[in-house]
Amino acid sequence: MTASPEVAVALRHVSKSYTRGGQAVEVLTDIDFDIQSGDFLALMGPSGSGKSTLLNLIAGIDKPTGGQILVGGTDIATLDEADLADWRAGNVGFIFQFYNLMPVLTGLENVELPLMLTRLNRRERREHAALALEMVGLADRMQHYPNELSGGQQQRVAIARALVTDPTLIVADEPTGDLDRKSAGEILDLLDRLNTELGKTIIMVTHDARAAERAHAIRHLEKGELSSLEINPRATPSHA
Amino acid sequence: MMLFLLRMSLKNALRHRLRAALTLAGLAVAILSFGLLSTVVTAWYAGADAASDKRLISRSAISLVFPLPMSYGEKIRGVEGVTGISWANWFGGIYIEPKNFFPQFAVDPASYLRLYPEFQVDEAERAAFIRDRQGCLVGRKLAQRFGWKVGDTIPLKGTIYPGTWSFVVRGIYEGRDATTDENQFFFHWAYLNEWVLQRYPKRGNATGVFVVGIREGSEAALVSERVDSQFRNSLAETLTETEKSFQLSFVAMTDSIVLAIQVVSYVVILIIMAVMANTMAMAARERTAEYATLKALGFGPPVVGWLILLESILLCALGAGLGILLSFPAVQLVGHALDNLFPVFHIASQTLWLQAGAALVVALVSAAIPAWQSMRIRIVDGLRAIA
Repeated sequence: MTASPEVAVALRHVSKSYTRGGQAVEVLTDIDFDIQSGDFLALMGPSGSGKSTLLNLIAGIDKPTGGQILVGGTDIATLDEADLADWRAGNVGFIFQFYNLMPVLTGLENVELPLMLTRLNRRERREHAALALEMVGLADRMQHYPNELSGGQQQRVAIARALVTDPTLIVADEPTGDLDRKSAGEILDLLDRLNTELGKTIIMVTHDARAAERAHAIRHLEKGELSSLEINPRATPSHA
Repeated sequence: MMLFLLRMSLKNALRHRLRAALTLAGLAVAILSFGLLSTVVTAWYAGADAASDKRLISRSAISLVFPLPMSYGEKIRGVEGVTGISWANWFGGIYIEPKNFFPQFAVDPASYLRLYPEFQVDEAERAAFIRDRQGCLVGRKLAQRFGWKVGDTIPLKGTIYPGTWSFVVRGIYEGRDATTDENQFFFHWAYLNEWVLQRYPKRGNATGVFVVGIREGSEAALVSERVDSQFRNSLAETLTETEKSFQLSFVAMTDSIVLAIQVVSYVVILIIMAVMANTMAMAARERTAEYATLKALGFGPPVVGWLILLESILLCALGAGLGILLSFPAVQLVGHALDNLFPVFHIASQTLWLQAGAALVVALVSAAIPAWQSMRIRIVDGLRAIA
């Protein structure tokens, strides 16, 4: 089965279960939907509903028990660990709730990190990383270490790191979960810009209804199954 | 990529300053202790290490305490492959008090110095020593230890040969090699023999050992056999062996002490290995989420493994480097304090290699399990470590 070129992510009968204490625990059951290229999708649901697991599967850091996950036409469920790592490096930008920056590296070095896996030389890497940091408004904080930055600034460094390799897909797991309202607003503005100005496909897991309002569509999960889809009339898809 | 890994590993290694400082101090002390103990073992074998392969020692086959008749000398000299002979007799005198121990030998000066070119002595002093029957030749360290100068009179109280003996320092020799013992005292065998003949005529004209110079070290076994065959079935059969074997026979008497020292030195390494393994395990556990993040970004498990391995190697290199550097002044201090016991006490190059090797083993073993576990951990499990 293949997906049309406009479809960034196609999930086909995806299921995921864990074995715990000798018993299989079903986390996701028969998930089947498409995400259009340039879309901004929010995944919502109560704790344990499987939204983070679904995000991990789409991002290629976990593997489904069954079904297909087609990202840009590639079934990533069939890739081995090494190929999957290469695929992630070239196609996915990650934004985590707790930023997950390397504490021993400066902001610039953190953003440069994914570029270590490219063929760019040191000067080019530095230029790209500096540009990404300028885009998120941290041109004056490049040489600061994470512990010298506020939570909002750290998350902006993480966003710069996510976009520096110019991936088609950006996955964000509770990107505002550890931030105050003002910083959260700034981060959501940034995600908006990535979507509308750069055309990035964004998939965001969130508990926060205000954050979800920025997305074009909100998919709700309930006990591992898709329960509903909301289209946000105020948000405009970048591909529209 | 390797440069980046090195930089990040170094930063990680020094991330917790107190922990890094304590680990480095532990490593430095362990490597220093290992080096010191290894140096003691090396010093134990110094006599054997300094032995020439072109010298044999002939002694009584029954025991070293039984002397050999001087008449054997000419027979040994005539054996094929022998280039020269000399002889030496243990004296065992006390200088002022027993704690001032140093080895004293009654020797035939001219022939002895010919066979031991590593004892380097000024020509004039050599001639003065050979000329004066009451003269003595002392090692540089020995002279320094007691402040002796050429011309000083040295009184020794005989234990095997009772009475008070007086010797005049006629020369001070220096060792040609770092392994040459500069703590010895030589005087005329003829002077001793004269005394023995006067008091115990039947015990005169005898010596403890013959030193036999040979053409080639490779002929040692053959010449030894030829020498011993000369005296087979005689009243005083000989046992001839290389000088190294002769020296090692003394070391063998104390080999359990040497073994104990070696065991302790390796136990020290085992202890620091456990400490270092704990440090690396703690560090890797704390950084589980960081390693998972690196993997999520596309870095493969080997990169994570290298980060941990390099961190361990860097810590061990810094700690061991410090320990090795400190070994030099420490060995000098200990050597000075134990001058009496170990006349040759210096760090052998082999000891430095052993120290470096021990540090590398500690680094590799300590990092192995944390690296393996971090490489294998699933990204989602690793990311959950901080969630």
